[in-house]
Amino acid sequence: MSQDFRLDNVGMVNREKKISFKFNGKKYFGFEGDTIASALIANGVHLVGRSFKYHRPRGFFGVGVDEPYAILQLDRNNERDPNIRATEQEIFEGLEVKSVNCWPSVNFDIGAINNFLKMFFPAGFYYKTFMWPPSFWYKIYEPFIRMAAGFGEASIKHDKERYEHKYEYCDLLITGSGPSGLASAYAAAKNGARVILAEDKPRFGGSLLTSDVNIGNQTGVEWTEKIIAELKSMPNVTVKNRSQVFGYYDHNMLVMSERISDHLPKTQKYLPKQRLWYIRANEVLISSGSIERPLVFGNNDTPGVMLSSAAKEYMKVYGVLVGKKPLIFTNNDSGYETAIEFKKNGVNPIILDTRSDPSSDIIAEAKNLNIEIKFSHVVVAAKGYKKVKSADIAKISDDKKELFNIENIECDCICVSGFWTPSIHLASQSGNKSKFNEKIDAFVPDKSKQQENTIGSANGIFTLEETIKDAFDKGFDVSNKITEKNNKVSVPTVVEKKSTDHDKFWCVPLPKGKSYKRFLDFQNDVAVSDIELALREGFRSIEHVKRYTTLGMATDQGKTSNLNGLQLVSDIENKVVPQVGHTTFRPPYTPVSIGAIVGREVGKHSKPTRKSPMHSWHEKNNAVFVHAGVWLRPRYYKQGNEGLFEASKREAKNVRQNVGVCDVTTLGKIDVKGPDAAEFLNRVYTNAWLKLPVGKARYGVMLREDGIVMDDGTTTRISENHYHMTTTTAQAANVLSHLEYYLQLVWPELNVNVVSTTEQWAGAAIAGPNSRKLLMKLFPNLDVSNEGLPFMGYKEADLFGVPAKIYRISFSGELAYEINVESDNGYFMWEKIMEVGKEFQIQPYGTEALSTLRIEMGHVAGSELDGRTIPYDASLEGLVSKKKDFIGKRSLNRSAFTSTDREKLVGVVPIDKTTSIPEGSYIVKDPKAKLPNPKLGHVSASCWSVEYDNPFSLAIIKDGKNMIGQKLFAMSPLKNKTIPVEIVSSHYVDPEGKRVRS
Amino acid sequence: MLYINCPHCGLRSQNEFAYGGDATVKRPELNKEISDQEWDNFVYLRKSPRGKHLELWHHISGCRQWIKVERDTSTHEIFKTYKANEAIE
Repeated sequence: MSQDFRLDNVGMVNREKKISFKFNGKKYFGFEGDTIASALIANGVHLVGRSFKYHRPRGFFGVGVDEPYAILQLDRNNERDPNIRATEQEIFEGLEVKSVNCWPSVNFDIGAINNFLKMFFPAGFYYKTFMWPPSFWYKIYEPFIRMAAGFGEASIKHDKERYEHKYEYCDLLITGSGPSGLASAYAAAKNGARVILAEDKPRFGGSLLTSDVNIGNQTGVEWTEKIIAELKSMPNVTVKNRSQVFGYYDHNMLVMSERISDHLPKTQKYLPKQRLWYIRANEVLISSGSIERPLVFGNNDTPGVMLSSAAKEYMKVYGVLVGKKPLIFTNNDSGYETAIEFKKNGVNPIILDTRSDPSSDIIAEAKNLNIEIKFSHVVVAAKGYKKVKSADIAKISDDKKELFNIENIECDCICVSGFWTPSIHLASQSGNKSKFNEKIDAFVPDKSKQQENTIGSANGIFTLEETIKDAFDKGFDVSNKITEKNNKVSVPTVVEKKSTDHDKFWCVPLPKGKSYKRFLDFQNDVAVSDIELALREGFRSIEHVKRYTTLGMATDQGKTSNLNGLQLVSDIENKVVPQVGHTTFRPPYTPVSIGAIVGREVGKHSKPTRKSPMHSWHEKNNAVFVHAGVWLRPRYYKQGNEGLFEASKREAKNVRQNVGVCDVTTLGKIDVKGPDAAEFLNRVYTNAWLKLPVGKARYGVMLREDGIVMDDGTTTRISENHYHMTTTTAQAANVLSHLEYYLQLVWPELNVNVVSTTEQWAGAAIAGPNSRKLLMKLFPNLDVSNEGLPFMGYKEADLFGVPAKIYRISFSGELAYEINVESDNGYFMWEKIMEVGKEFQIQPYGTEALSTLRIEMGHVAGSELDGRTIPYDASLEGLVSKKKDFIGKRSLNRSAFTSTDREKLVGVVPIDKTTSIPEGSYIVKDPKAKLPNPKLGHVSASCWSVEYDNPFSLAIIKDGKNMIGQKLFAMSPLKNKTIPVEIVSSHYVDPEGKRVRS
Repeated sequence: MLYINCPHCGLRSQNEFAYGGDATVKRPELNKEISDQEWDNFVYLRKSPRGKHLELWHHISGCRQWIKVERDTSTHEIFKTYKANEAIE
């Protein structure tokens, strides 16, 4: 297809480079620098989608971020990008896009039947129309609404694109490179400030790209190029295009999304798709400009009706005509600029101006060019379904209430200008209130809340001369606060033709007997009649009206619709707009890819992974790993075709019969040092610590102030004032913070220091009846007899030339030792243990066997110390001192904690000795009782006892100590199982604890 | 994201800190007889004021010091920061 609407030698696209792309499967050509919108318009395509609710045909309305219509789905390297704006996405070779919200095609859309069923889709239709009958909701209404609603479809596949995050600091961040942004950036940069200038579009310059002005004897485009070139050459300035500052957060933190390779043909190997910048700016100048406001008239959503500034930009930037018989409908001078541009390109426009007798240089110029102008005229309704074919126009009375002489004139596009709305979103996000400026009929930012100022048309300043002068001043002022260099540059002269007058007119009345839909929100299909209905139904607050009608709630966040909606509400309510107020602006200003927010933290990078120094040995020996907090730990070591169950059983059995070795590097380790260390531990742990001799370890339990068990572990007195504390893997970080809290804030008088040593030591637990024999061979010069190194003893020794620490502690209930060496020697230690242990049938064991061993011994762990249990519940009451005070002790006296029928730890064995009890099962008396069946407690951990070769579980049940011997039931509604069980002691194996002391 | 002036390290971003709650709560002395009500007040009861609030922050990814921050809970304005045992003005 040829580009029938492309102008020769006009615009900034690269005519040397032709680019092909596909839209809805059909091939089109454009030029490098085109957006999808400009390229399609050049090809005469104006039908690109269907509206949200009524499936009315949709074309192009704007030329940038404000676009409510042209939302497309992009296919890129077999990945999907839903809801991209055709007005922003640049074309590249091989680009494929398609329409959304239409089926089977954009030309013939079944959903368009909604347009004829309008009476069923009034405002708030899903709140009322579909309420009855209730049974219809999820079978008929919801699936229907789900199918009909929404735009693009997200891919369910993993996004292979790369997104990055960047943190940046600057003196001054300027959001937008229009006249005010450029001027202030230049002034501040020349004054020595570190400046970041961010522009959302590919080209810098904003309105200077399209307006017929003169700055310092240069055109707007020439001046822009000069300033940008100079800024780029300065080392203190960062200039970024395709970069949208979308959020203004606390303490002058702003977030910007930079589209790095969205416009490039295929994934660039070394380039991310997008980069998210977190910018902490000392000062911010918001120069985000303004967005043209639509005028409201019948069928004003027909493709071909668009903003007059958009039509101008398509011509001047892209060299594309949006139509060849344009109608310009305006209430201010902006429409004239567009009309003149059409005329210059050989097209004859007709201007309808709502004003009766305006005058300015630009109107005079239009008259001189013989452009047909009809004053006091309005468009009553657009005609045509998939594209504007003609318009009903009329003369309007001075009070704007009556229409005369309605006539139909032919046209192929209607360019509307209802004056300008400042983009106050960022200023508002910063926390500023806004104030209503009567002169421009719009809100502007009130007093600055953070270190920010709004400049240019974003602040309601609509003359170029004032904008440039104010921006130069602000750029100097804010930079001078920081740099104090007093380096002021001179302000250039400015010539501009248009005036800033406008007619306070925004909505064309309906002619008698007509009921045209007059749309306010073009993306969510909210018409004047919907707002009227909402108000009739009693909605008053603008926030309620918004939610009931969905006005301004679409992906464009009402950039073109909000103000007209407010005007309407205030007209009906007989209020002025500032009394109605506006809805809250929240980040993001424009939609942001989820991928950009997540950045590199995807998949296994979503959290750090810690590995022990022995990790590569485990890998080489077929370990199957499991995540334990941020650590990767061997779950079991696979032999042959073994699964988890067989392997862990074999490993656990080998510990009970011979000797096993387990990597315990992950245990939290904290060095506690200082003359008051014993006193401190005595306050932290529930049991007594003052009399622990040097060279001995003790098991301790610590509580939170509310009496709940926080953590447990052994702590060893290495020397007089030096203790080595161990914590569980999961609680290591919390325990350190907890200790620091008490040392720094509660008892600063204690002379104690704590520091994490988790990563400094590699640990191996050797457990089993053969462990002493193994130890004798590992440390031939050390007395490791029961007397030389008794249970809970500690010794330092030499392991084949490597210094080692030996703790005789046990988690498995067997005779066991834990050997620690410096992390760098961990691998060496492990290999030595395996080598020397061969003759004692040593096998490594993973976390699954570790669990089995601790469960059948009745040792509590994370599944019992689950943040709900006090020491009594976990059968740790023997470790609670009655004599001394400690953290959380007072809570244990509260009546609920001293109640005699509290839940308590017990053992559970299935009566048939074969059925495993699912973890989380309820223990009940009568499995057939009426629901909800009163529960006695729950199963916290289950294993296959290798000692007795039958299933065994731990449970915490009501009045546990009196339940031993009872026959009850374990019920798992999830697994649909009811298992008859017997309650036994939690110490299933070696209840006297003989083995650990042997 | 807040910008917190750690009295030990200087201005640091909020993501280096962990929040620690009301800094005016005083733990009852050890071994002191107190009523259930007093103990419950210490463990559970916290005010949630709108406006100035003296609170604890732990510089966990920095110097690991607990600090006190005087912050407005509605505007996030930070007025002053203190070391753990500095006198509060």
